[in-house]
Amino acid sequence: MQLTGDRFTSEAAAFGNDLATLPNFPAEIRAPAGTLPGVSSFQLHFADDDILTPGDRPDVLVAMNPAALKANIGDVPQGGTLLVNTDEFVKRNLGKVGYDANPLEDGSLDAYQLLPVAMATLTQGALADTGLSKKDAERCKNMFALGLLSWMYGRPTEGTERFLREKFARKPDIAEANVLAFRAGWNYGETTEAFATTYEVAPAKFPPGEYRQITGNAALSYGIVAAGQCAQLPVFLGSYPITPASDILHELSKHKNFNVITMQAEDEIAGVGAALGAAYGGALGVTTTSGPGIALKAETIGLAVMQELPLLVIDVQRGGPSTGLPTKTEQADLLQALHGRNGESPVPVLAPLSPGDCFDVVIDAVRIALRYRTPVLVLSDGALANGSEPWLIPDVDELPDLRVTFATEPNATDGSGEHWPYVRDESLAREWAIPGTPGLQHRIGGLEKADGKGSISYDPDNHDRMVRLRQAKIDGVEVPGLEVEDPGGHADVLVLGWGSTYGPIGAACRAIRKRGQSIAQAHLRHLNPFPANLGEVLARYGTVIVPEMNLGQLSLLLRARYLVDVVSYTKVAGTPFMESELVDVFSEHLGTTLAEAA
Amino acid sequence: MTTVDLELGLKPKDFKSDQEVRWCPGCGDYVVLNAMQSFLPSLGLKRENIVFISGIGCSSRFPYYMNTYGMHSIHGRAPAIATGLAVTRPDLSVWVVTGDGDALSIGGNHLIHALRRNVNLKILLFNNRIYGLTKGQYSPTSETGKLTKSTPMGSLDHPFNPLSLAIGAEATFVARTLDNDRAQLTSILTAAAQHRGSALVEIYQNCPIFNDGAFDVLKEPGEKEQRLIPVEHGQPIRFGPDREHAVLRNDRGGLEIGPYDENRVVVHDATTDDPAYAFALSRLSTQDLAHTVTGVYRNVDRPTYDDQARAQVSAATDAKPADLRSLLRGRDTWTVG
Ligand code: SF4
Repeated sequence: MQLTGDRFTSEAAAFGNDLATLPNFPAEIRAPAGTLPGVSSFQLHFADDDILTPGDRPDVLVAMNPAALKANIGDVPQGGTLLVNTDEFVKRNLGKVGYDANPLEDGSLDAYQLLPVAMATLTQGALADTGLSKKDAERCKNMFALGLLSWMYGRPTEGTERFLREKFARKPDIAEANVLAFRAGWNYGETTEAFATTYEVAPAKFPPGEYRQITGNAALSYGIVAAGQCAQLPVFLGSYPITPASDILHELSKHKNFNVITMQAEDEIAGVGAALGAAYGGALGVTTTSGPGIALKAETIGLAVMQELPLLVIDVQRGGPSTGLPTKTEQADLLQALHGRNGESPVPVLAPLSPGDCFDVVIDAVRIALRYRTPVLVLSDGALANGSEPWLIPDVDELPDLRVTFATEPNATDGSGEHWPYVRDESLAREWAIPGTPGLQHRIGGLEKADGKGSISYDPDNHDRMVRLRQAKIDGVEVPGLEVEDPGGHADVLVLGWGSTYGPIGAACRAIRKRGQSIAQAHLRHLNPFPANLGEVLARYGTVIVPEMNLGQLSLLLRARYLVDVVSYTKVAGTPFMESELVDVFSEHLGTTLAEAA
Repeated sequence: MTTVDLELGLKPKDFKSDQEVRWCPGCGDYVVLNAMQSFLPSLGLKRENIVFISGIGCSSRFPYYMNTYGMHSIHGRAPAIATGLAVTRPDLSVWVVTGDGDALSIGGNHLIHALRRNVNLKILLFNNRIYGLTKGQYSPTSETGKLTKSTPMGSLDHPFNPLSLAIGAEATFVARTLDNDRAQLTSILTAAAQHRGSALVEIYQNCPIFNDGAFDVLKEPGEKEQRLIPVEHGQPIRFGPDREHAVLRNDRGGLEIGPYDENRVVVHDATTDDPAYAFALSRLSTQDLAHTVTGVYRNVDRPTYDDQARAQVSAATDAKPADLRSLLRGRDTWTVG
């Protein structure tokens, strides 16, 4: 089902629609098919306009079996279209999910436009001459469904056919069978009277340029490769497989020709440890993880803070605590990213706001890591990781210059001719003196260091000074100012978000403005340090609403830091906010302010 | 590759850092530090191309005392950190300094994985059979029944034999020596440095404060001859005051100790590919130190992880230019405007 969704997305993208997707699948690889927990779904929203979310409620639901129908029917508005594979609607399957009667026949779906199609039978029929076993032929039914959908929406099909041939290049008979099934679905639509209506969704209006479709995990991976190229450094990724971050490891493993070494470590700790070792040697050290993996890496990130070495740590947040909901999204690692280490251990934290933005955020995170010699955390999440959107392909010539200067000369301030690892520059960063450099031999470690000279120091005043210096360095990291979208400039209510909630928050704000009301939106890409103008922005608005997929972690920080009593709206359901729900929440506060003004 | 230059003219004192050595008086660590500083000039490596990486524990202070590059990292993680460095920097000679708690308790996982991967690391495991830095708890190599602060009624755990563990992980170079045998220590360090791949050197090290005399039976004249079994590649394995004992092949396919017998004595071959031989040697050592085999048990060739990782990058680079523009474009694009 994920593959089918991906292909329909590519078709929409190739046609020039704007789009946003929400894949949703069980954590179990082979969850029992036909049961409610085993339902794997893929939600795609595409339009002729610029859109921000995968959509609250689908207009069309494709249900391959009773379980899929039952799990998703609640989301489809009345009048929506149900494309249903009738072959699976047999007594046994119906019973498994608690249908006493066949919903296709008992009139319970009368409020919808029901399109029953015997997809398995038709697929088997179409493939009868291929010599494929019945079972193998039946497996192609998803492609039949895709062909039918493609016809309904007038999607281009060449891309999918080419994709299928490439994907199954080693099994040409399977490739051809899938293409045949796909075409059979298309032809079925064209020749069957039942499908009187087709839908046309015209291409969207985008800024000019060359586009592609991209997922957050792919954008993170490309960002890492690009950052290595911009810095002219080898990239070393140390990582341990974990959902949903593993795709970054997979993707980077394919790009060794960019001087990228990937190591699948024995555990999360070794992944970040090896990355830190590589950074010590002058490479761009990167580690990627999710869920409990970030907890395991905490100690080594603390060491990187103490050693003041550049390191990129990517956390694709998922539902927690513990193993939690591996395939679902959440934003509950924010406080851990900021504070989840022993001692005063400040690190810069960034969060991308859309799949494509993952690319830019990684480049910015690497800029900070290299310039300030510090570990930097990037908080993506499950919705961004697998979600996709059209992406204006960046101009390589416009990417920033991230080249670094390694130390070459001893820097001791006492004229001893030694190298002192903790002498700082104007941005408080220490020098990056890599092994192999003659005359700069020195020792670093996790014990407190004497300011400047860098030898072990237990001196109380020195420790106090070093704690403050490390903090001041991170507080002084240059980050762009926060931009507020407040068309007209009359809004009294500001919605402030971070991370993947950008889409639904933006969609809700637009809907409210369309109604003629004012509302301002701002989105934080830098969670530490905050943009310098954040306090001033917060002070400009009577009400500040902070929606988060956690129990109010950003709200806590804002209240503590700026003494602003923000309104926290939270949901921790493993799924993104819906536009309609946010419209309701925001409206409550708009109502109040309008009334007060009156 | 590490460049060797015997004309550097470095002296042991050139490898001493300006840091005051802070181990307790009489600690076995001093011997190893001195041996290391004396032996390094003979390697012909420039100081800047040598890196010591340690974890946490008394022995892990080692890097601070060496005038090379060094990192005192976190508990147990040194092999992982050193792996990242070794993989990205083939020009460096990377040494890991660790202890029995650091390497075998908290860091056991990283140790076995570094060994099985055969990363170019020289791992010095200082085994004092106790936790020194935390003031005297039993360690994973302490003998069963050990009375310590955390085990007032005696420790219950069966100890690790570190070399059996390493050989089980198919380490390519495995050796053991004692902190009082400077000559053997130096020759083993030299062999380890010359080995391409992971080398594990276990050093029995006395902790006079918390486990004093733990290895005395292997040092006292009269006792040690009966217990120490030094092995040398190509030599029959004989020991005893009059070399009257020997390591013999038994009829169960293993090794045993018995009176010297010309026909059954084992001639040590460290290059034996099958780890079963070195493993059998390691099993002759018992936790009560009735017998302890020292020397290089195993020294075999196997491709290293880091060499191969770099070879993959070279192969990929040769096969495909690093064209960022084309990577970002991908295959399915469309143009607007
Ligand atoms: S506690 Fe023992 S091992 Fe540690 S420095 Fe003192 S003597 Fe050496």
